[in-house]
Amino acid sequence: MLNPDSVGRTFEGAESVTVSQSEIDAFCAVLSENNTTVAPPTFSIRITLEQSQEILSNPEIGLDWSRVVHGDQRFDIKRPIVAGDTFKCSSTIESYKVAAGNEIVTVRSDLHSDSQLVVSTWSTLVVRA
Amino acid sequence: MIEVGTILEEKIFYVDRAMLKAYADASGDQNPIHQNEEFALSVGLPNVIAHGMLTMALVGKFVTDWAGGSAAVKEFSGRFVKPVIVPADQKVDLTVSGVVSEVDGERIKIDLTATSAGVKVLGMSKAVVVK
Repeated sequence: MLNPDSVGRTFEGAESVTVSQSEIDAFCAVLSENNTTVAPPTFSIRITLEQSQEILSNPEIGLDWSRVVHGDQRFDIKRPIVAGDTFKCSSTIESYKVAAGNEIVTVRSDLHSDSQLVVSTWSTLVVRA
Repeated sequence: MIEVGTILEEKIFYVDRAMLKAYADASGDQNPIHQNEEFALSVGLPNVIAHGMLTMALVGKFVTDWAGGSAAVKEFSGRFVKPVIVPADQKVDLTVSGVVSEVDGERIKIDLTATSAGVKVLGMSKAVVVK
């Protein structure tokens, strides 16, 4: 079970992440997207999901990542991601509830480049009973 | 002219195991339920399933093709209601359609629908684009 004290807490990613052109190219290739000058709208999940996993798997938080399924996802995109962007990721546990034995957690992640907010994402994760 | 009710022509994407592997590498999500049939069955799934975020990425491609490129998307959301099931050596469909639900100046909101094998896989999906 998730530690209820975690709700509302914000965690700063330990390291910044720089996006390379080859990462954008690989993501575009899966989608047959020929224009690789900017990243596709869901590309930021490559950064935020890993950060969320790292934070929520922390024993202090207590989420069992092995039983997590993705419930829903939302993106608020201020500008497209491009190669060379270096992001700091902060993640906030916005809500937590238990329904029918399943734990439902919503995590918001903000990606900042040069202290400018580029993308906010909300991931709702369901830990199956 | 784009107005409320304007229909985005349906498009069918095809998903196979090779695409799941490519998406796993591109996204960093190497969860074995998306690649290993034995593992997927062992955790009670009917077969290997696509990453929900791959489904959403393909729906995003549908939107950006209509809107004129990846840079057009300002907001995008969806709920993963059912998995896209991907048996070995098969290509399964992801059938996407959309309709304009709001027009506010240059901002256009689109309601999106995605099914696979006739089953709705993405719910409550909306995108806001500037076209």
